[in-house]
Amino acid sequence: MRYGMAIDTRKCVGCSDCVVACQTENSIPHGYTRDWISETVEGMYPNLALEIRSERCNHCDDTPCVRTCPTGSSHIIEGGIVKVTHEECIGCGACIESCPYDARYFHPEGYVDKCTFCDHRVKNGQDPACVSVCPTHCMYFGDLDDPNSEISKVVAKNKVKVLAPEAGTKPQIFYLV
Amino acid sequence: MKTTRRDFIKISSLGIGGLALSTSPILGWVPSFLKEDDNTPDDSTAKRYPNYCEVCFWNCAGWVYTNKDKDGNEKIWKIIGNDDDPNSNGRFCPRGTGGIGMYYDKDRLRKPLKRVTGEDGNQTFVEIEWDEAIDIVAKKMKEIKTKYGPESFALFKHGTSGKHFATLFKAYGSKNMAGPAYSQCKAPREEGFRMTFGHPLHSPEPLDIRNTRCLVLIGSHLGENMHNGQVQEMSEAIENGASIITVDPRFSTAASKSKFWLPIKPSTDIALLLAWMHVIIKEKRYDIDYVEKNTSGFEQLKNHVKNFTPEWAYGITTIKPDIIRKTAREMAAASPAVIIHPGRHATWYGDDTQRSRAIAILNALLGSWGRRGGFFNPEKAKLPKYPMPAFPKPKWSWRDIAPDKYPLAKMGVTNLLIDGSHPDKKEGHKIKAWFVVGTNLPVTIPNSKRTIEAIHNQEFIVVVDTMPSEMAGYADIVLPEATYLERYDDLRLAQHREPTIALRMPAAKPYAETRPGWKMCKDIAGKLGLSEYFNYNDYSEVLDWQLKKIGSSLDEMKEIGVMKLDRKYNDLYFHEHMEHEFETPTGKIEFYSNGMLAAGFAPMPVYTKHPEPPKGFYRLIYGRAPMHTFSRTTNNPYLMELMKENALWVNPKTAKDWGLKTGQRVWLQNHQGAVSTFSIAVRVTERIRQDSVYMVHGFGRLNKKLTKGYGAGISDTEMVTDVKIDKETGSTGMRSNFVTFLTEEPEKKEKTV
Amino acid sequence: MREELITSGRMNPGIDPVLHGWHWPIPFYLFVGGLAAGLLFFAAYKVLFGKEKDFPTAVMIGPFVALAAIVMGLMALIYDLHHPLYAWQLFTTIRIESPMSWGAWTLMIVSIVNAVWIFTYLKKIFPDFNLKQNFLRKVISNFIEEKQSEGKLNWDWKYKFLRDFESFLIKNRKALAWLMMILSIILGVYTGILLSAFNARPLWNTALLGPLFLTSGFSTGAAMLMILSKTHLEKIAFSKIDVLLIIIELFFITHMFMGYLAGSEVKAEAAHYFMGGEFTVTFWVNVIILGLVVPLALETMELLNVKIPVIIPGLLILWGGMMFRFIMVDAGQVIRYLY
Ligand code: SF4
Ligand code: SF4
Ligand code: SF4
Repeated sequence: MRYGMAIDTRKCVGCSDCVVACQTENSIPHGYTRDWISETVEGMYPNLALEIRSERCNHCDDTPCVRTCPTGSSHIIEGGIVKVTHEECIGCGACIESCPYDARYFHPEGYVDKCTFCDHRVKNGQDPACVSVCPTHCMYFGDLDDPNSEISKVVAKNKVKVLAPEAGTKPQIFYLV
Repeated sequence: MKTTRRDFIKISSLGIGGLALSTSPILGWVPSFLKEDDNTPDDSTAKRYPNYCEVCFWNCAGWVYTNKDKDGNEKIWKIIGNDDDPNSNGRFCPRGTGGIGMYYDKDRLRKPLKRVTGEDGNQTFVEIEWDEAIDIVAKKMKEIKTKYGPESFALFKHGTSGKHFATLFKAYGSKNMAGPAYSQCKAPREEGFRMTFGHPLHSPEPLDIRNTRCLVLIGSHLGENMHNGQVQEMSEAIENGASIITVDPRFSTAASKSKFWLPIKPSTDIALLLAWMHVIIKEKRYDIDYVEKNTSGFEQLKNHVKNFTPEWAYGITTIKPDIIRKTAREMAAASPAVIIHPGRHATWYGDDTQRSRAIAILNALLGSWGRRGGFFNPEKAKLPKYPMPAFPKPKWSWRDIAPDKYPLAKMGVTNLLIDGSHPDKKEGHKIKAWFVVGTNLPVTIPNSKRTIEAIHNQEFIVVVDTMPSEMAGYADIVLPEATYLERYDDLRLAQHREPTIALRMPAAKPYAETRPGWKMCKDIAGKLGLSEYFNYNDYSEVLDWQLKKIGSSLDEMKEIGVMKLDRKYNDLYFHEHMEHEFETPTGKIEFYSNGMLAAGFAPMPVYTKHPEPPKGFYRLIYGRAPMHTFSRTTNNPYLMELMKENALWVNPKTAKDWGLKTGQRVWLQNHQGAVSTFSIAVRVTERIRQDSVYMVHGFGRLNKKLTKGYGAGISDTEMVTDVKIDKETGSTGMRSNFVTFLTEEPEKKEKTV
Repeated sequence: MREELITSGRMNPGIDPVLHGWHWPIPFYLFVGGLAAGLLFFAAYKVLFGKEKDFPTAVMIGPFVALAAIVMGLMALIYDLHHPLYAWQLFTTIRIESPMSWGAWTLMIVSIVNAVWIFTYLKKIFPDFNLKQNFLRKVISNFIEEKQSEGKLNWDWKYKFLRDFESFLIKNRKALAWLMMILSIILGVYTGILLSAFNARPLWNTALLGPLFLTSGFSTGAAMLMILSKTHLEKIAFSKIDVLLIIIELFFITHMFMGYLAGSEVKAEAAHYFMGGEFTVTFWVNVIILGLVVPLALETMELLNVKIPVIIPGLLILWGGMMFRFIMVDAGQVIRYLY
């Protein structure tokens, strides 16, 4: 079992529904977000290319954030989901510093917070909140280990890339380009 | 890759875990009640209530979830789409999801307000009780009625609860009502299509985007305007390999997903449309059979566009002739599964009905109206009307304010009502008082100065809103409304591929002392002796009555939220080889319109040249961001999080000329001297033409009570003073303004309302 | 033109627009850690090589400063935690892979050994102890008693186990010195590799950072001793050591930047932050010129017998070492892979 996400940048319009759905689902305090939208424009008018991406923790395979955590608060659960146990987190920031994607942040209550792949929904067989609301259906979530899952097929069929591969964390969110 | 992951876990649990003391029960001890991973509530403890969204006109139907918060209080938690709803297909857009911000906004109106003048001559609002507020409004309505007749009281409305107030006004004796959704938005499109196909499009537009093979966006930034169902279908079309052609001076999101992006010179759309017709007719690529059967005036059209060659259009639009030809062929190849998107907000240059006519004609040439992958024939559910007496007949209506103007307008023209309210109106019918429901006129209607002059000329103004809007700042009485999450409203009967009925019901008690619109209307009507028009105690009775008449009930609807009905007629698309009757004078699709001619307008669209930016000025293009609905959301705590203010898009070359940097704040001045109240951050980007600048509409709020929206960016409406009225429909063309940058803060003027 | 931006979401405080999860306490902590490592190393080294007599400052005074530095470092570390009340959880587990974890443990153990070391020298440093003065001394007086004896030493431990412990340690001083030397090297390496363990940040992703910080830590230690020592012999000895360390440091720095420039696009970009970019002036002026080149020149002159008050190169080296850590921590957070 290996959970992952695939996001089709060709369909994403950057509407940010994924961002606000995550905020309401997970009661994220105002002023913070677990996911975000980036935009890359290349070229010169009128020869332009635009890529819009919905980004969040990549639930990496090689997790510097878990490695550098001094208390074991950052840990990996079933399916490769990277989580933080709030009450074991001393707020030293080591994991924040070690994540090349800046996917973690200090929750105002003192612990480090990040995307959980909505494990509270996934364990009930639901998609993560962001995936389930996306109006363009451009996000896919599922088990990468199962070759018959929709996500495995999507990843196999399309040209994909991951972000900052040179950081060496083996991210598990794939972008269709 | 996946095996590595398992290895890693193994290594960490054996190799390092063996060393680590973290496994030691004593040293690793944390009180077990602290060990909970987190306390995210999930659906198992939630309750849900059906509703349909009121953050924009798309009115997607969904579920409002409540759940227990940390302290055990039942709170609105999230909003999710209803899978049976064709407008949303179970997926809300960000504004709908963030709609809970309308409920949680700390700046909401809480209690009725009354304008009082203090001893020092300063005017302020004081909170009053509902009884007093209703009394004052009713008394004033009576007074206006005796002094000037009920027609002199005008109603400006937007949104679902506007209907209750419309009933109140009709009962009271005034039909002077209008909303910016028409004259500041889709009037030219609706009337242009009506003059061509005999039928306007309404909302949601019956576009078969998911089945189309070619989608042409001209004047639509679909994806940035989150017209939910359409954005979803566009994504489906992309997935299916449909080609998209986008005509936009800005590299819009849709443009980035297009096979062809035509970076047109602003204000020249009609020339391009005519050239496309020219190519399609000249190369005989139109749907010959369809045109023959269903249209009238083809020969005239053919003659008309004979000289509008791509080469001619190139000089006007800056689009290369071969691109014009290629794109014309691309859409013809997909015919009839092609959509030249009619757009929605279409009030641009003052010849907008003609522009929409050109779009309609192009669609007709390619045979897309009534065809799969083109325009389908929508159906809408019907419900029996809750019994009430007939309305009195008003002596005059908005049209009589200027009887010879805007013959094609079919709905109330807001700016005409404002003309009737303005002090420069010396003769004839005049408006003396305003009732404004859920619409923010100074921000919505261009040329705010004139609107405000009209406001000052009123004897009495009531504003119904949930937020301290700019309009509320001008009211004599402000009535705080409960949001859509806290009230019943009419059932939603949206047109679509199949008819549906959707319910709105409260998920929470009205906040503070707010009240639903129907309740206000009922109470005012009571004081005016019009109770028989509001013959119920709670609006849910009306809904239950209507639903029972069609064999359902309110209780059933509370369970399902959306009821899907079968189509009455099997005519989603035209049946081939069948003659069609269109509701036009000729019964055909009219390329050539005698009706237009008779009303004094060109029977076929012509290109007219529009003014260009003077030196040092740039055309102001405004648009939308997917996370905002105009000024309605620019204080919403969730949505402001996604976009806190608008930015001014400036091409790098322009930026270089002016020495502007991304993030730098500038003020704007338009070609008529209007200066922006606030500043805006520059975004230097290749995504905009050199001769234009772009910003998102709805920002730069002026009411200080809006703690998030006040002063956040610039309101484009302030910069739109040169309004080009569309003679056909009276709608206000707003793309005709040019701005220049002020890098120093201009002298202060009054910043609040 | 390439434009890369976050259009919505994630304006998380501390993360955007640039990461600043770590503030001054962390580079400060690294600085004092390196300083302590240097001081302890030289103390142990001199004992092991029988130079105890000639280097009283290094052996006896240095460790005092080191202990103070370590305590301040730990306080800074805890001050920077967002959940300081949970800090005890640092010591409920050892995670070898987490530099924060073993750093905390190392610091803890080092500080104990350091304190023990000082304990063995207390009589030598304070032979003459006036007992009845203030509160602090009253507390201490619970553990010691006055005694008449030969020489200056006028006190002894009150409890037998303390006396036994002391004589046991003094007998095994060499072993203690070995332990402290090893620990000091671990501490020094630790302050160096803390950052390079965070290899997900382009600037910190270099193996040279470890040895570089180790060298620089030792050089600040030597500089401190240079300032504190009273004898010419000691001053000159540490001056020589410093000259050597500075040359090594310069060599490492050159290599580090060459490595960046030869590396991936982001790394080359990282180097440009120091060669024309926003950290250029701070880095070159404070670290290279004031912290390395000038002291190098001054000390060379001194070795050539030009009279220079050692306090000047000494303080400059300390300043340079501290700035180096502040800049590396700051710049490391600013330079990121995306946007
Ligand atoms: S909800 Fe979907 S379309 Fe919208 S920004 Fe997120 S990923 Fe893109
Ligand atoms: S993206 Fe960052 S936080 Fe998420 S697993 Fe990877 S390194 Fe850790
Ligand atoms: S998976 Fe869940 S927690 Fe992660 S970004 Fe999506 S909604 Fe947020």
